[in-house]
Parts: sequence; C-alpha cells; structure tokens
Amino acid sequence: VTPLSALAKDHRPAGAWWRAALPLPLILAVPLLMHFAIGPWAGEFPEKLMIDVGVAIILAVSLNIVNGFTGQFSIGHAGFMTVGGYVAASVTYYGSLLIWGVATRRPEFLGAGEWLLAGGCIAGALAAAGLGYVVGLPSLRLRGDYLAIVTLGFGEIIRVLLQQTQPQLYDLSELTEATASQFVPPPLGGALGFTSIPRYASLFWVYLFAMLTLVAAVRLKISSSGRAFLSIREDEIAARAMGVDITKYKVRGFVLAAFFAGIAGGLFAHSGVILAPKDAGFQRSFEVVIMVVLGGMGSISGAALAAIILTILPELLRDFQEYRLIIYAGMLIAMMIVRPQGLFGVHEIWDFFGRRARRPAAASGVRK
Amino acid sequence: LADLLQTLVTAIAVGSLYALIALGYTMVYGILKFINFAHSDIFVLGAWISFTASTFILTKLGSPATPPLWVGGVVLILAMLSCGGLGFVIERFAYRPLRKAPRLNVLITAIGVSLLLQNAGQLRSRELTDGLKLPFGPTPQRMPTLLPDDSETSSVATFRFAAATPDAQPQRVVISLIDVSIVGSALVLMLLLEILVFRTKMGMAMRAVSFNTDTAALMGIPVDRIVSITFVTGAMLAAAAGFLYSLKYPGLNQPAHEIWVLLGLKAFVAAVVGGIGNVRGAVLGGFLIAFIEQFGARYIDTNLRDVYVFAVLILVLLVKPSGLLGTPVREKV
Repeated sequence: VTPLSALAKDHRPAGAWWRAALPLPLILAVPLLMHFAIGPWAGEFPEKLMIDVGVAIILAVSLNIVNGFTGQFSIGHAGFMTVGGYVAASVTYYGSLLIWGVATRRPEFLGAGEWLLAGGCIAGALAAAGLGYVVGLPSLRLRGDYLAIVTLGFGEIIRVLLQQTQPQLYDLSELTEATASQFVPPPLGGALGFTSIPRYASLFWVYLFAMLTLVAAVRLKISSSGRAFLSIREDEIAARAMGVDITKYKVRGFVLAAFFAGIAGGLFAHSGVILAPKDAGFQRSFEVVIMVVLGGMGSISGAALAAIILTILPELLRDFQEYRLIIYAGMLIAMMIVRPQGLFGVHEIWDFFGRRARRPAAASGVRK
Repeated sequence: LADLLQTLVTAIAVGSLYALIALGYTMVYGILKFINFAHSDIFVLGAWISFTASTFILTKLGSPATPPLWVGGVVLILAMLSCGGLGFVIERFAYRPLRKAPRLNVLITAIGVSLLLQNAGQLRSRELTDGLKLPFGPTPQRMPTLLPDDSETSSVATFRFAAATPDAQPQRVVISLIDVSIVGSALVLMLLLEILVFRTKMGMAMRAVSFNTDTAALMGIPVDRIVSITFVTGAMLAAAAGFLYSLKYPGLNQPAHEIWVLLGLKAFVAAVVGGIGNVRGAVLGGFLIAFIEQFGARYIDTNLRDVYVFAVLILVLLVKPSGLLGTPVREKV
C-alpha cells in the first residue's frame, strides 16, 4: 500500500516549492527592520519592551500549539521556558567565560557572542523539548483538569529543583579550578537566580526567532499534523475513529510547544534580567495561558496580538500606579464575560480580509 | 521518638488546615466543575481580617496581657462572615455570568479574580475610624497573640522522655493549646459540614446539583441559590482556616506573597489527591499531604518539601486519576 504522504507528494501543485520559500524574506525582513529602524528610533526603554513583546509572542504562539490546537490544557509552560533559559544561559555564560575569559562582552551585531546565543537557544529548546516528551508521555493519558494540575505540579517541581542548584562560578579561575562536586548539582545560582548573563538578545535575534515560530506555527496548522491536532481538539473519540493516533499527536504537540518555549526562555534569559527559579512558577504560566485564551484558542495571530497587548498594557497603566494590576485583572474578568471566545475566536486575522475570507478557513470548526 | 511525635503533632495541625481549605476547592469543583483559583486568596483575606479584627478589639480592650478567650471566637465569626460575603459577591458577579461558557473561560476568570484580590490586598491600608484600619497592605504584619503561646505554661500536655545519654538534653513533646484549638475547631467545622452535606435537605440539593445540574434544575432545585450557598460555605471554611493559620504562624506576609499561593496550591493538591469533588476525600487528602510534607521535611530534606507534595500529586494522578476516594468518570460517545 502506498503511504498517504507519498500520494500527497505526487499531487502537490506546481510551484509548491517556491510558495514554501515565500515566508523567508519576511522572516529576515521583520527582524532587520526591528533592529535597524524601529529599535533605534524608539529609544532604549521601548526597545526593552519590544524584546519582552517578542519573547511573549513566542511563548503565546507555542503554548497555543498545545492549548489551542490540540485542546489540551497545560499550565506549566513557564517550566519549559525556564529550563530552556537556564540551559541557554549556562551555554553562553560559561561558554563566554571559557572562550573570552569574561561573560560580559559587549555584543556586536552578528558577532561571535550572538551566534553563541543562537546555539544556546537551540540547546535550551532541545532540552525543553526532551522534557516536554518526558512530561507529555505519562501525563497525556490524563484529561482536562487533571492534565492541567499535573503540568502545574511539573512547573512547581522545576522551580523547587532550580532553587537547589549551587552558587554560580563567577570568573575563569573559579571555573577552571572547580572540582567535580561543584558541578553536581550544576552551578546555576540556586535561589538567588542566575545573574550577569551576557545581554546577547538583540531585537534582531528576538524577532528572528519570533518570526520563525510564527511561520512554523502557521505551517503546522495547515499541515496534516495540524489537522490531526485540530481533530483531537474538536472530538477525541471521533478523531480516534478516523485513525488519528491520539497519544502520538498529543505528545508531538507537547514537544513542539516545549521546544519553542525553550527558545523563548533562552532569549528571555539574555535580555538583561536575572533568571530566577520563580520564573518557572505558575504565575508566569498563567500569564501565557491568559494570552492564548484572550487571543482565541487556536488562533495564531490572536495569540500573537494578545501577547503584544498584554505585555504593553501594564506599561500603559503605569500612571495608575498601585491600581495598575487591579485594573488589569478587572479587564481580564470583563473580557471573559463579554467576549468568551477571545479576540479572534478560532479564526486568524487574515480570515477577515480579502479573497481568503470567502474560502473556508482552515480551523473554522464549530466548537462545542 | 520525641522528634517523631512532635512532627506528628505538627502534621495533624497543619493537616487540618489543609483539609479546611481543600474542602472549599472540592465543593466548588464538585458543583461547578472548575478549579477556583481565587480560593486561596479568600483564605489569605480570612487571615488578614482576623489580624485587623483582633488588633481592633484588643486595642479597644486596652491591650490586656492575656486576652480573654472570647476574642478568638468573635474574630473567627467576623472573619467567616466577611469572607462568606465576599464569596457570595465573587460568585454572583464573576462566575454566574459564565455558567454556560467553556470551562477554560471560567478558569481564566478565576485566575483574574485571584489577581484582583491579591493586588487589591497590596493597596496601602487606610485608617477608617477609630484605629480600625482596612486590612491588607504591602507590609508584613504580626498577628497579636489571642491564645497564650508559652510552651512551658500553656501546653495542654507535655510528654518528657528521659535522655538517651546522660549528657544529652531531655527530650519532650509539646502539644500546645494552639495546636489543640486548631485541630478542635477544624474537626467541629468538618463535622458541621458533614451534617450539612449528608444529613440535611440543603446538602441533598447540593449533591443533586453536583451529580447533574440540569436534572436537578428540572426537579425544582434552585440551582443558582445552591451554588451561591456552596460558595459561601467554602469561603467561610477558608476564612476559618485563615484565622487558625494566623494563630499558628502569626507573621502575616503581604497578600500577594508567594507563600500564600503555595499554601493554597498545596491545599488544592490535597483536594485532588483525595478525589476532587469528594468532601471526605478532601479531608483525607489534607492530612495525607501534611504528613508527607512534614515527615519528608523532617527526615529527608527540608528544602525539597514542595517537591514531595507535587510528586505525590503526580503519582496519585497517574495511578488513580480520579484521586483516592474519587469515582472514575466514564467517557461516553
């Protein structure tokens, strides 16, 4: 029997290969524009905010793969993010120490330090994805709320374990003279957090990875895996009847989401913050879940837009000072009551415009 | 041995606190099928109202060295009433409009309510009248002692053990008045709840709504009212737990401090481990979690105490996903 994928290959329309390459200029153009035009124009503080926005976009879009596409409910996303962040930070921090003797080199555009960051992010993403597999495999036998609780517990366990790590090694001599016992558990700063991580995450890298995540998510959604994800969300039993291997696709969704969360963690760690164990706690996971739900479950553009809004909103509310987060929480509750399906529902922003509006959207299923 | 018994005493006291909070989680879940993340904040509010009320009353009494025992009772009732009222308001205005919405939305709303309460609690406290300050505030406070807390004079029972070696300190196990009153009041409240749920018409209605909301409504049960009552009951139990907690650990942290959230989370874990939706399971789970936490912290590693709790949670969920006393839900096509 010919496998379906081979059949699909034969029926691929002419010119499919260049359409697949179409997003590439966009992937490069947006980060370059952000880095060289918008960033310098906006100034230092907005630039930092834009980096936060980029990281939030990656987090929301990746969690959307699990929560939005497959309809599972994970509230341990910050756990994956933090693991990725710690792995990436130890790659660049100790890497910089070993190569240049100092961890606080001034980064230059596409300089060696920034390539180290890219490598660190990939390493962190792989570590997070591995963890996503480990967590996903047993816990995906659980449903709904129980799965949510397990992912919550997972994030908390990561947080506590990170608190037990050893103090950081601060310079090269300390690193070279360290004994084996100083590496088990690894020297990641313990409860104080991982400090003086080099600030390699520039607008270019953040938005490069954000664009990659977005394009990957869009293409995933219209792929056969994506259809399988959506079918699981709509009705698990019907999906199984159609021959969808539910466990396989759930785990796949988890691993993919964890991978991108790991990248986000790597970028977050290098944006000039102290990476602390409490970043793995559920408060941060909640922030991401809120973005996904507010954007509309399964809507990639919705998740991204909600990530932008929810990251900027607290800054805009700064004038209200101590009432800031009260207003934020109040708006959240009001939003849930007034528009329970989120900003875009299951649709994408481009479903509302132009010629695609007439075509049935990829995900416009009726939700129960 | 003394060490073991002392840990046991602490575990029972902490366990009854967890059980009280877990009851609120489990009752709400049983009826509305969603995790009420704002529950731990009601517990915090209970502790802070206890602080405000007791400071106020004690100042009015002229700050006696040993406060009369009735103060504790009055404070407890005040805390329970105000938190019950708050529970009613939350249910009426945040959750009721979402009765028909997807569960995820209700969950997000619950998180929103939780954020709202936490940050409202961070507001600077203001003097109302006469030294009565609004509760909360960004600074930690110290709960006044309502019960005598001197382990030598006020313990209900002290057991002494002869020292094993001549030069070692003689060991003793202290069961303090506070521990006894915590366990005592918790048991009384649980007994009342047991009677309410299993012996009254109201309880029968609650169980009916929990079993099947639509059918219950068809049978003439006022669902909205029952849901409200359930919320208020859960909030009152949380308030009582908050009061008892502030007796045992008088240093009150600011309302948004993560230690509170973690406490609430552990109580929630207790509810899940016992079988969420099951009232007796919540009590069992509360004690189980407290035992594992306290004994693990005492005999294995103090720093990892939260890991034990969540590890037990994951283990129980994997082996028996519906919790120890829960009934498994069959999926129907």
